[in-house]
Amino acid sequence: MAAEAQEGGLSFHPLQQFEVHPLFGDGPIHWYTITNATVWLLLAAVAVVIFFVVGSAGRKLIPSRMQSIGEMGYDFVHNMVVDVTGEDGAKYFPIVMTLFLTIVFSNLLGLLPGSFSPTSHIAVTAVLGIGVFLFVTLLGFWKHGFHFLGLFWMKDAPLALRPIIAVIEMISYFVRPVSHSIRLAGNVMAGHAVMKVFAAFAPMILVSGIGVLVTPASILAITAIYALEVLVAVIQAYVFTMLTCVYLKDALHPGH
Amino acid sequence: MATTTTTTEAATEVAHGAAKAGMPQLDPTHFANQIFWLVVTLLVIFFVLKLVALPRIAGTLAIRRGTIINDLAAAEELKQKVFAAEQAYNDALVSARAEAGKIVTAAKADIQADLNKAIAKADAQIAAKATESAGRIDEIRAGAQAAISEVAKDTAKELVSALGGTADARSITAAVTARLKG
Repeated sequence: MAAEAQEGGLSFHPLQQFEVHPLFGDGPIHWYTITNATVWLLLAAVAVVIFFVVGSAGRKLIPSRMQSIGEMGYDFVHNMVVDVTGEDGAKYFPIVMTLFLTIVFSNLLGLLPGSFSPTSHIAVTAVLGIGVFLFVTLLGFWKHGFHFLGLFWMKDAPLALRPIIAVIEMISYFVRPVSHSIRLAGNVMAGHAVMKVFAAFAPMILVSGIGVLVTPASILAITAIYALEVLVAVIQAYVFTMLTCVYLKDALHPGH
Repeated sequence: MATTTTTTEAATEVAHGAAKAGMPQLDPTHFANQIFWLVVTLLVIFFVLKLVALPRIAGTLAIRRGTIINDLAAAEELKQKVFAAEQAYNDALVSARAEAGKIVTAAKADIQADLNKAIAKADAQIAAKATESAGRIDEIRAGAQAAISEVAKDTAKELVSALGGTADARSITAAVTARLKG
């Protein structure tokens, strides 16, 4: 109300879009409650089914458009996994593919007007980031035992520097899940919030004379930011997946 | 005690209010919910991909790769065949040309032989005709000679008798023959 009064009729609620509320009724949110977040997460799963199961059903030699999208996504992630981790990383491809598709479809569906971005929530990305961290760490110890700690012990550094480097490497290793998850949530959230701020300026023309200038400028800005956000949605999914591959490579080949 | 409770309640309220007014992402009341549904979504997508989508796409891609390799091999084979066929065609063309050359030479030789024969025959005929004609000319010439001396003898006898003389045949013949030689 205060904001409205100050801005003379414009309402600024750039963070309202991130609120989680139950889809049915108005009760408390239990762990099983179906919320708007649930719907958009499950819609990402539906999108995966449409593009990768329905689309690939034709198995045509010359692919249809839908089939092509699925095959390009397959090739893209498969090549990424094999290029970064090597041939022995190929068996972790379904996991990496799951991460990539979950994030990319959540990001893109979240750009629909009135939708909800699950990836804008740190709770979601933290689970993804910590999940990847635990997975690659356990995989590293399972594959290499204590040799996995060689990851922190730089053999080509001077002996005197090695303990210091080991400490730095250790810190950077444990910061990985933090940066991994905050990068994704931060990017998605910031873009959506900026769009909402510009959107709040759009009805200025109804409020005051200066709106003649402000309204077209804000609509133009929304359009530009939206285009940028489509790019960010895909790039952040790519970055997350790529980093997962890099961490996986460290777990599979800790000696570089 | 009451103050502490009030303070705690107030702090909670403030924190909650801050979460409401501030970032909904930091409101821990729905973390469990989001994490649960995220895990559900991840499992659904993982099993859909693992069990259905990825094997199917991998199969399609493998079949396509196989088809492309086979097609390329077939194309290579056809190319070799075309090359061989072209080679054979060129060989056939060269040998046909050589054959044609031979036939032309043989035909020319035949024609030349026929021509030579015909020319020889014609020459022989011409020679025979010429000889025959020469004989006849000689005959005619001889006949004419005889006729001329006859006429000359008669004319001389008539002239002599017209002039009033009498001449014996022997002297006239001698005189005419002498004149004809001169």
